[in-house]
Amino acid sequence: MSVSTFPGAARGVAPTAADPVLEIRNLSVEYGYDENPTKVLRDVSLTLNRGEVLGLAGESGCGKSTLAYAATRLLPPPGLITGGSVIFRGRDGGEQDILTLSDKDLRASRWQDMAIVFQGAMNSLNPVHRIGRQIVDALQAHVPGISRSDAYDRAAHLLELVGISADRVRSYPHQLSGGMRQRVMIAMALALEPQVLIMDEPTTALDVVMQRQIVEQIAELRDRLGFSVIFITHDVSLLIEIADRIAIMYAGEIVEDAHAHDVYRRPRHPYSDGLLHSFPPLRGPRRELTGIPGSPPDLSRLPTGCPFRDRCEFAFDACATVTPRLTAPAVAGDTPGRSVACLRHDPAAVTAAGFTPQPVPDRLAL
Amino acid sequence: MAIDSTILEDVPADVAPALAAAAPNKRKLLFLRNSKALTGLAIMAFFGVIAVIGPWIAPYDPNAIGPDLLQPPSWSHWMGTTHTGQDIFSQILVGTRGVLVVGLTAGIIATLIGMVVGVTAGFVGGAGDETLSALSNIFLVIPQLPLIIIIAGQLPSAGGLTVAVIIAITGWAWGARVLRAQTLSLRKRDFIEAARANGERTWRIVGAEIMPNLTAIIAAGFVGTVTFAVLSQITLAFLGVTSVSDWNWGTILFWAQNNLALQRGAWWWFVPAGLCIALLGMALTLINFGIDEFVNPRLRSTGLRARDLRRRGIRPRIGFTPVVRETPAPGAAKEDQA
Amino acid sequence: MRFLLRRTVFYALTAWAAVTINFIIPRLMPGDPVKAIMAKYQGRLDSSAEQAIRTLLGLQEDKSIWQQYVEYWSLLLHGNLGISFQFFPTPVAEIIRQALPWTVGLVGLATIVSFTIGTLVGTGIGWRRGTWADQLLPLSTFFSAVPYFWLGLICIAVFSVGLGWLPTNGSYDRSLIPSLNAEFIGSVLYYGILPALTIVVSSIAGWILGMRNMMVTVSSEDYVTVAQAKGLSERRVLFGYAARNAILPQVSSFALSLGFIVGGTLVMEMVFSYQGIGYVLYQAVTTHDYPLMQGCFLVITLSVLAANILADFVYAGLDPRTRQEG
Repeated sequence: MSVSTFPGAARGVAPTAADPVLEIRNLSVEYGYDENPTKVLRDVSLTLNRGEVLGLAGESGCGKSTLAYAATRLLPPPGLITGGSVIFRGRDGGEQDILTLSDKDLRASRWQDMAIVFQGAMNSLNPVHRIGRQIVDALQAHVPGISRSDAYDRAAHLLELVGISADRVRSYPHQLSGGMRQRVMIAMALALEPQVLIMDEPTTALDVVMQRQIVEQIAELRDRLGFSVIFITHDVSLLIEIADRIAIMYAGEIVEDAHAHDVYRRPRHPYSDGLLHSFPPLRGPRRELTGIPGSPPDLSRLPTGCPFRDRCEFAFDACATVTPRLTAPAVAGDTPGRSVACLRHDPAAVTAAGFTPQPVPDRLAL
Repeated sequence: MAIDSTILEDVPADVAPALAAAAPNKRKLLFLRNSKALTGLAIMAFFGVIAVIGPWIAPYDPNAIGPDLLQPPSWSHWMGTTHTGQDIFSQILVGTRGVLVVGLTAGIIATLIGMVVGVTAGFVGGAGDETLSALSNIFLVIPQLPLIIIIAGQLPSAGGLTVAVIIAITGWAWGARVLRAQTLSLRKRDFIEAARANGERTWRIVGAEIMPNLTAIIAAGFVGTVTFAVLSQITLAFLGVTSVSDWNWGTILFWAQNNLALQRGAWWWFVPAGLCIALLGMALTLINFGIDEFVNPRLRSTGLRARDLRRRGIRPRIGFTPVVRETPAPGAAKEDQA
Repeated sequence: MRFLLRRTVFYALTAWAAVTINFIIPRLMPGDPVKAIMAKYQGRLDSSAEQAIRTLLGLQEDKSIWQQYVEYWSLLLHGNLGISFQFFPTPVAEIIRQALPWTVGLVGLATIVSFTIGTLVGTGIGWRRGTWADQLLPLSTFFSAVPYFWLGLICIAVFSVGLGWLPTNGSYDRSLIPSLNAEFIGSVLYYGILPALTIVVSSIAGWILGMRNMMVTVSSEDYVTVAQAKGLSERRVLFGYAARNAILPQVSSFALSLGFIVGGTLVMEMVFSYQGIGYVLYQAVTTHDYPLMQGCFLVITLSVLAANILADFVYAGLDPRTRQEG
């Protein structure tokens, strides 16, 4: 059974402007079942278009992994989803809210519609089963009636797809190196040709050479199979290369959402600006690295208003009271379809709260 | 007889979610607030008090024979009498001291040996580790009770402290093994490497850096060993292997069994002693539970909050994050995006 | 392979240690055991008997300790465990050979039942937290804190003396002659119910607790979440991913606790007068029958070692990682 006859194969779908395959709307997530839970995600909205690579970036603890796991309902206890919806649109146009699916339907939808490549492949493979078996059981769970030999054939094919020789099907996880395990995870994720692939820090634990290989592999697979990717990482510079759009998160909120080159060359949020100027470019004139003073807030004790204001050089009085929402940046002639959550770009909200709006700083209006 | 297998292999570092970490002071008190540990400690304290004042408050001399033969519990004899008129209540009171003294002594000695062997083996590594590990594994595999029996059985008459020493010699291996595993994993940690790179002396590293991290495990091991010591001692006394003139709860059972208390239906002779053993054993196990849950927060049972969870419709499961839409407090929610 | 090799060396070493301990202990004890025996059987044994006893115990005064040791080993390797004092002139080996199957049957069966049920219950409790089943824990803990033998006494009091449902003691109906017919086997089973039940009730808590703790720990591992993410059935995840990994330390723990289990059942046999090797050991201790005592200890230890080896094989079979490294 060859790949080309496998049902549902999509080839080389070019990124379409507004064909959302995954829409996360107003997702709120808490940690803790007691009276004082920590609100780790507050009303987060994000859209992934078909065929697109969306990068999700931010510091450790900002909630980017939490967002991905909550959207797929894989958040471990004591995680709790308290609001919002996650709409998945299949190729046939049908919509379903992942958060309202029954257990049975959720299981059926999993891995076929969306698959996740987990962070840290070290622990993501069952140590007592062979690799092949772990790929095959996903196939057997979703393709009723598939024969063992067909399933194992497909497993072998998937391994070759990611550059691992097919005879490794009989290996145990501990017999593989870190990079190989990561690639096995990718192969496993692609087993049912999902439309959305979520990759949680896939390259963080690897060396630079391996990083490059994996990233190139992903790009090649995407060209071949045409799935959409949410690529989660703290390494913004990596995203600039491979992502179509980048969403930057801070303290459980999305603060900027735009095309990759826009974020890189013309950031609109003070945090994005600070992040990008923390990376020394390989070429070009030397410049002073600024970094961002201070550290991310404790999510259990968030300040009022904007969570970034304590570290922001452009903060003003309204920032302590009004919580910024995602709006189009207040820069004339800016690329359409980008958004930023900063009161400097939202004079309407500032006025409505009774403060005097401040202009957009030059650095954020390039 | 509970086997504590949570800490059998290399224990991963405590992984309490960063968001929920309490301040260090709160963590110490958290152990004391654990209801299981508290109950256990309370029972232990009770027995401790009895152990100290027992012989003084006992209404009769436990050895004194009296006129009321094999009487069920009554006002003059709270737990009844033996077939020679001895007061069982007094025997239990006096016996408490024997049980606790032997149990604690054996526990202390065994824990000390275990600490020395285990931490040394884990820290030193190489040939020393191999030898010490082989030694402790041998003592682990050889069945302890038969060994104790033949050692104690070949002594002319084994008194309390001798028994304690024998129990300690046969029972230290478990703690040693656990401590070795834990020391091994600690040794690889960065702060130890830093200490070594700093040129700190070995004994200082062991004493100041490693030991404090092992406190919980040592405590759990100590409690476990005391449990084992108490049960072994009682068993030996019951078998008549140790001296039957030292009063402990096992001796009571020895006399009960030898005088066919069962067949005579004299339940009061053997029930109280057993209940005391069970209570003490349970107290020790509860303390161990408390330590377990303190060390591994995941084990804390959601029992008390199960009602709350059910009321809110939350079922904590791996892979199926609960979705609960509760009415938000007024003013808490952000305005919807336009 | 290296793993099994190391274990074999270890067990050989332990067996040697057990034999040596067996040899050393009577020589460490204060006083001369032979004189004690002579005093005990005063008048009934003459000086030639004393010589014979010395030879049997290997305590000949004219031989060096090393020679005695070597002779002891050669006796052992010929299957000669000496001659019992109590049952003179029956060889110890024969007494043990008759008693051992009873113990293996009772202990073996009861332990397997306890382990299986305990592990299954522990799996269930560990997987679904926060249910009514959590209440089982304190209850079974109480039972595990109770000494085996006391629980046995209570059971006898309640079920035998009180209700008369089950027999008080013995391993089978004494009016029957041991043979492999249905009546005898039925009697064996009947008499075995109470001792086996006591063992199971008393030891099951340990297995439940151990498995529950391991399930809790394993459930938070990434591969379990991955299994759920793959949309596998609940059964597949529970048994194929969670329990399959949690059972490894459980098997280890089982192997390590064998010595402990044996200890408890020895006393059980004493309480129920069940004629297994524990009962024989008990009799030997109270009558100072040294050869029998030592023979029992040796056989018990070697059996525990054998069971440990078996458990190690099972572990190696279950965990592929052991087959690679040492």
